Amino acid sequence: MKFRPVFWLLLPAVAVIFVFMAIPMLISLAYSFLTADTYGGVTSPPSVAAYVQLLFDQDFDGSLIFMPDYIWIIVRSVYLAVFTTVLSLAVGFPVAWYIVCQSPNRRKVLLTLVTLPFWINTLIRTYCWILILRDEGLINNFLKWTGIIHHPLPLLYNQGAILLGLVYTFLPFMVLPIYATLERLDPRLIEAAYDLYATRVQLFRRVVWPLTRPGVAAGVVLVFAPALGAFLQPDLLGGGKQLLIGSLIEMQFTSSRNWPFGAALATLVTLAVVVALAWQSRRSKPVEARV
Amino acid sequence: MSAEIDAATGTRSTRPTAKRRPFDWRHNPGFGPFTLLVMLFLYTPLAVLVIYAFNANRMVTIWGGFSVKWFGAVANNGDIRHAAYISLLVGVLATICSTVIAIAAALGFERGGWFNGRSTAVGLVTMPLVVPEIVTAITTLIFFSAIGFHDGVLNLVIAHTVFCIPFAMLPIQARLSAVGNSYEEAARDLYGGEWRIFLRITLPLMVPGIMAGAILAFVTSLDDFLISFMVSSAGTTTLPVYVYGMMRLGVTPEVNAISAILLVVSAALALVAFVISRPREAAKAVAADTPQIAATS
Repeated sequence: MKFRPVFWLLLPAVAVIFVFMAIPMLISLAYSFLTADTYGGVTSPPSVAAYVQLLFDQDFDGSLIFMPDYIWIIVRSVYLAVFTTVLSLAVGFPVAWYIVCQSPNRRKVLLTLVTLPFWINTLIRTYCWILILRDEGLINNFLKWTGIIHHPLPLLYNQGAILLGLVYTFLPFMVLPIYATLERLDPRLIEAAYDLYATRVQLFRRVVWPLTRPGVAAGVVLVFAPALGAFLQPDLLGGGKQLLIGSLIEMQFTSSRNWPFGAALATLVTLAVVVALAWQSRRSKPVEARV
Repeated sequence: MSAEIDAATGTRSTRPTAKRRPFDWRHNPGFGPFTLLVMLFLYTPLAVLVIYAFNANRMVTIWGGFSVKWFGAVANNGDIRHAAYISLLVGVLATICSTVIAIAAALGFERGGWFNGRSTAVGLVTMPLVVPEIVTAITTLIFFSAIGFHDGVLNLVIAHTVFCIPFAMLPIQARLSAVGNSYEEAARDLYGGEWRIFLRITLPLMVPGIMAGAILAFVTSLDDFLISFMVSSAGTTTLPVYVYGMMRLGVTPEVNAISAILLVVSAALALVAFVISRPREAAKAVAADTPQIAATS
């Protein structure tokens, strides 16, 4: 066959993303080991102050005091991201399964319906929930109108609202990869298992689940990664009272003007995503169904 | 999930003598209503926003009759018009840049065969899909500040081009993969030059994918908030960044109206892209293209 150097066509894409994404991430890593400049930006002396700040607060006399505040923000971000992932999986799996079981035309319609919200601005989609959840929102107005309550329920500005916003935003990321693996699943395997007297639970645990694991793993990463660094949902639905790592990073670059600390936090988020990706690539190896 | 399965198993085991229903794994009672509920969950908030954008009442969530006056208020707001202009300008430029780069990349991935480092290239090009937006946003900010590059609109165009590339590339790649390379092989057998094959066969076959990719890149750029928020400067506020500022000041009818406009525009554009890039449509297009290809070669 004739030599066709078509793959050189990848060069512009690879170069652009390398220069404007990979290199900036390395610069950000380097910034996290520098000293904060008073007006934003960084100055030269290398330091690990940004990472020390995660655990300790510097007192007036320069001594360090253990401060778990930032750790709590990280813990809260991680568990909300984990919760979001688990809820999305619990909701997304039956939906993906249902879609796979439909006729090809209905599948297309349902898939389009699931995907469409993804293309609508996250800012706008998060704002919709403010209209529904706030004190003068639809739910409270309705409950007051029916006379069930007299004082509005505090539905907005709490972790539940953030969780709702996160699941609402990232649910399509879970449904689509699971659907993709379920679609490729050979129905004959399920029928064979059934003929061999597998119960529905066994069938799910030993045939369907192992075969859809790559899709689930992809969905988990696609939901967990953006949920961990989410900014808009905690900001708008948490009302700034429930600080998460995304808002904390943003603050370091705007109001707090502590770039190294912000860069250090971003490095932590990136590390978490890399770990999740490594886990995913291990999980998405083809698995033999243990029928 | 397991509860429904348990229930099903339970029913079966309590009636061992009952005639065994032919097994159908597609039959899962409860999944249909559940999916309906999820769809309601996805679309009710959007419907609420659009309906309340037409609310005449100054009090946002108390219905005071139908009115389009808030859309008028939005149209007369000079700041919104300027932000919309910046969003369109950045969106169009980023769409052009990212689509051109994406066409090349899609060809490279689909027709380049296997080569060393292919998976690294895939990982790199799809990186913007996996890295959390906040990380992309602040690393881009740090990068521009480190190289001392501050030209509002150009900064935004570069940043948007980067994260639009995978969104533009995926539909083009899907289209190339769906069409296959048999037409190109046939043309090659007929001694067509590589450049001529590209212009007369590959490129026309790619058009629906390119259009879908370009639309999705434009929607992605139009929808971006966080990256523009960190990168943009005073005179170059994009529409979502401006709307976010409005939201911070409070829930007002104008916010509802401009949000509803953005929502409908994004959804309509995305729907168009879906229809163009549907595999069935693609198959029809290939069938329609076939006589032309036969004629040109």
